[in-house]
Amino acid sequence: MSLHPDYTGVYQYKWKDLPFMKLSGLEPLVVTPETNFVNVGERTNVAGSKKFLRLINEDNFEEALDVARHQVEGGAQIIDINMDDGLIDGKAAMVKFLNLLMAEPDIARVPIMIDSSKWDIIEAGLQCVQGKCVVNSISLKEGEDKFIEEAKKIKQYGAAVIVMAFDEVGQADSYERRVEICEKSYRILVDKVKFPPQDIIFDPNIFPVATGMEEHRKNALDFFQATRWIRENLPGAHVSGGVSNVSFSFRGNNVVREAMHSAFLYHAIREGMDMGIVNPAMLEVYDDIPKDLLEHVEDVLLDRRDDATERLLDFAEKVKGDGKQQVRDMAWREGSLQERITHALVKGITEFIEEDTEEARQQASRPLEVIEVTLMNGMNVVGDLFGAGKMFLPQVVKSARVMKKAVAYLLPYIEAEKDEKSSSAGKILLATVKGDVHDIGKNIVGVVLGCNNYEVIDLGVMVPPEKILETAVEEQVDLIGLSGLITPSLDEMVHVAKEMERLEMDIPLLIGGATTSRVHTAVKIDPVFSHGQTVHVLDASRCVPVAGSLLSGEKDEFIEKLQADYEKVRVHHENKKNQKPLLSLQQARDNALQIDFKQNDLSKPTKLGVTVYDQISLDDLRAYIDWTPFFQTWELAGRYPNILEDEVVGTEAKKLFEDASNMLNTICNENWVQAKAVVGIWPANSVGDDIEIYADENRSSVLYTQKTLRQQSKKAAGVPNIALSDFVAPKSSGLSDYVGGFTVTAGLGIDEHVKRFEADHDDYNSIMLKALADRLAEALAEYMHREVRVNLWGYDQSETLNNDDLIKEKYRGIRPAPGYPACPDHTEKPGLFDLLNSTQHTEVELTDNLAMTPAASVCGWYFAHPESKYFGVGKINMEQVEDIARRKGKSVEEMERWLGSAIQ
Amino acid sequence: MVKIKDILKDRILVLDGAMGTMIQRYKLEEEDYRGTQFENHPSPLKGNNDLLSITRPHIIKEIHAKYFEAGADIVETNSFGGTSIAQDDYDLASAVYDINFQSAKIAKEVAQEFTQKEPNKPRFVAGSMGPTTRLASMSPDVNDPGFRNVTYQELVAAFSEQAKGLIEGGSDLLLVETITDTLNAKAALHAINEVQEELGTDLPIMISGTITDASGRTLSGQTTEAFIVSVEHSEPLTIGLNCALGASALRPYLQIIRNKGNCFVSAHPNAGLPNEMGEYDESPEQMAAQIKVFLEEGLVNIVGGCCGTTPEHIKAIAELVKNYQPAATLA
Repeated sequence: MSLHPDYTGVYQYKWKDLPFMKLSGLEPLVVTPETNFVNVGERTNVAGSKKFLRLINEDNFEEALDVARHQVEGGAQIIDINMDDGLIDGKAAMVKFLNLLMAEPDIARVPIMIDSSKWDIIEAGLQCVQGKCVVNSISLKEGEDKFIEEAKKIKQYGAAVIVMAFDEVGQADSYERRVEICEKSYRILVDKVKFPPQDIIFDPNIFPVATGMEEHRKNALDFFQATRWIRENLPGAHVSGGVSNVSFSFRGNNVVREAMHSAFLYHAIREGMDMGIVNPAMLEVYDDIPKDLLEHVEDVLLDRRDDATERLLDFAEKVKGDGKQQVRDMAWREGSLQERITHALVKGITEFIEEDTEEARQQASRPLEVIEVTLMNGMNVVGDLFGAGKMFLPQVVKSARVMKKAVAYLLPYIEAEKDEKSSSAGKILLATVKGDVHDIGKNIVGVVLGCNNYEVIDLGVMVPPEKILETAVEEQVDLIGLSGLITPSLDEMVHVAKEMERLEMDIPLLIGGATTSRVHTAVKIDPVFSHGQTVHVLDASRCVPVAGSLLSGEKDEFIEKLQADYEKVRVHHENKKNQKPLLSLQQARDNALQIDFKQNDLSKPTKLGVTVYDQISLDDLRAYIDWTPFFQTWELAGRYPNILEDEVVGTEAKKLFEDASNMLNTICNENWVQAKAVVGIWPANSVGDDIEIYADENRSSVLYTQKTLRQQSKKAAGVPNIALSDFVAPKSSGLSDYVGGFTVTAGLGIDEHVKRFEADHDDYNSIMLKALADRLAEALAEYMHREVRVNLWGYDQSETLNNDDLIKEKYRGIRPAPGYPACPDHTEKPGLFDLLNSTQHTEVELTDNLAMTPAASVCGWYFAHPESKYFGVGKINMEQVEDIARRKGKSVEEMERWLGSAIQ
Repeated sequence: MVKIKDILKDRILVLDGAMGTMIQRYKLEEEDYRGTQFENHPSPLKGNNDLLSITRPHIIKEIHAKYFEAGADIVETNSFGGTSIAQDDYDLASAVYDINFQSAKIAKEVAQEFTQKEPNKPRFVAGSMGPTTRLASMSPDVNDPGFRNVTYQELVAAFSEQAKGLIEGGSDLLLVETITDTLNAKAALHAINEVQEELGTDLPIMISGTITDASGRTLSGQTTEAFIVSVEHSEPLTIGLNCALGASALRPYLQIIRNKGNCFVSAHPNAGLPNEMGEYDESPEQMAAQIKVFLEEGLVNIVGGCCGTTPEHIKAIAELVKNYQPAATLA
């Protein structure tokens, strides 16, 4: 039966064509007919909770948040927040509390009810909350215009609204007035404001009963009946109320109050009330209310007897008690110390962290150990959960705060214990790199480091590299931490690392942020910064162990391990990178470079066969030296000659160049080394991937067959898979083509002088001499190539290129060297040496590993076709290895060994 | 012109792909960004892509044209960072209206060209409104969680200026996208509402959130459903997701929007996740294969691409959507 005479039974939801009311905090709350009742937490209300009022007055927002947390943990599905008190700046308190609350995910997960009688407080509150709130409340109290204006704004903010049964005449205190005001309000909202009906919640006023005043006898009953009418007649609208009002007369008697609340709710819900502001801790289970107490309570609520109030008052004297204890899941407090600390960090609970930290401190040999072991164990769990998507950022930020609190507690002990240690664990510069404005993660790192006694200099976001490096130097920081979220920041980090390299800074560089990775750090950043160590830091929880390792005695060991790890990563990455699909050998050959050979392009050499040059003037070679690689040998970055004027390395480069020039003078004048060269040009034609080299123009006697390797990687449309043989006219064309070969050295006699320097422990000059001999050998190769183009082969007799053009290879033809990208097969060297009789003519020998001695030697092939160009063979597959082994008459295993790194 | 809402009942529309990725291809330098208009601007401007709508409009128009050619029905204006809050990083808050107006104007010009050529495939311009560089419900200072470096009112003011420029420049729609903090989005929606009231316009609104990680939440911590609930009051044309994740990773969250929301659904995912080197390497075919699943499940009404996507990706998607009908929706 219904308490309303017009209706029967329990209220059944009837507005099935309307959407449900949906609210949200971090999580959604959809109020469906099955929801039954939405429980609104009421303790965060300065008007209703003395404790909350005191906390806000004392500016103790941290504990005030705990009040909110208790509500949510206790089952509140929405929390009502009210800051209306004469002595409080309500607007400021509302904003501050909501902003703080948003950083507490376990509270913020529920929707917020912003409760104030002042519109400016409501609006300020709405501007702080991302979820869909409920405004509590508006009414016709100050007229229709204000009501409409506020309702429109609420609609624009996307909130639901509680409408009080209140108009210009006053608060509705009878069934009729409740119905009248609610209906009028509803029509205005739905018809004039176009407010979504399902987002309208009526509060038809819950007034106290059993006050002793005759006119209050029907307060509960009228509410029940009005509730039913609203739910039956105003489509979509909900009914709510502040339940504790009803028991106002029984303050101090929680047993009775709890029974009254439960009984009131029981009946109100049956009539259709689907939301209410209730203290879940002040609620007895309806079925658990003792029968006699229930009867007395319901007599009052339902106005069943004239003496109902007196009977309940008498009965209440007998059952005075504390009511029920609040229930909160505290089982985690039973765990071990580490479990408790980890729980507190994961859940972001500060309440017990000090006592737990103290316990840990007493157990630890040193206070610092609590941070390094117990707390960091907890933070590692946080890091893992975050990585696995089981925690999200606001929770991690909270964890950092618990951490900070624990550390703050430990600090005095750490200070007291400190004797030889400096006051700071180290100085760390943090910056989000230029072009990037994301700094949340970086800030967390800053806090975590700060917690761990590091002095943090945070330069903020969009920090240009100059500022980072200047500050690092000025402040003499121990570590630099770079952060970034967007992709271009990766390049910016590489740039900063290069700058640090250029400035020879040896400060360790920490890399962190969402797009950064161990792989990127290992492959792109670490290699460009050799003066100091680069470390990728996965997340904030790892920054302390990393910083600790870098600034402690274990530094070398740490770096050694890290380097080994990064090397592995690099190798793996290189392999992976090249794991591109390869073509079959046949597919690659079908896509060979198709040169349209014409006899005109194939110059007949002036002189065929082998020519030996053993009277080479070193002075003549000096002009052909490419100096840039020389500076690279000495790890000075920059192109010659600009490098001599470089702002940073210029002075050093100049000095080095001067020393080099002086030594070169001596080398030339005193003939420290001798240079020799042998070159040959022979008739040749390609047969597939092979190049047959003939004894003479009859092209019938094959002196040697050069076996070339073909690119097998999948190319873009129109791009060929090249082999060196493609540059030589095929035998089938009937055209007369040629190839050449050479071996040059500028290292003869060098050993004697190197040994002399080494005996003198003069590494500088020893390296200098070797580097210069290398340059001279390269210069000789360049010189001989020109000699071939202009004279021996003579296809470019008019060539007038200066040295710079030579270095840039602006001439026609190439001279690929076995063991280099176009010809990765070292086993081509013996054939080349045989053709040229290199060892006899130049004294250059091949070792077992097919390296040349002296080291300052170069050998290679000449190709002269205008379309010939340098290329890399890249990765090949076993099919080609087997093929070339067959062609060479070697075992597959042997070729596999020689071609190892080129095989996928 | 036909209403986009009606077209959406008949077919699935294609949104364009990444603007930044395309701009990167031009390898622009500081002087390109400055143009003649900002030659003497005191701060560096390289990287301020939105400014190119003023200083290098032909490049932006060329990119729009490429996306239209690839089959996009809607292009986004080059105005993602066009709020005074974001532009303040370049000391260019004063240029915000012009940036948005020009961005919309040039996009509209290209759209009209294509509509004229192919009247049965009208092209639309969505005014892109990014999240700005500040978050309204999170503190930038972990020690002070109650602190905010931007207020709701400041965001409303900034978005109003942007929305005004975009509408007056000729946008057909407004797209509030890459939403990491729902409060920022609410401020944008608030601003749009006010500006539209002021200008007497009624442009449809597209809302697109960003799920940032495996937790399935926005950066500010909301679940997908809570996010929808928080923005639905603006009666958007679409709610959807973009950025941060690749297509397949978005699928479970798009299902939530389809099932829990009451409007059309949009998706413009990234070309996969950035690899370790920060590059997006999902091919058009790979991406299209994942989008195909969306289409088969009837998850989306508007689909395009975010970071790392190119006209080739959009082409593959445009080819694909032709074969599918939009699923019946509540809208």
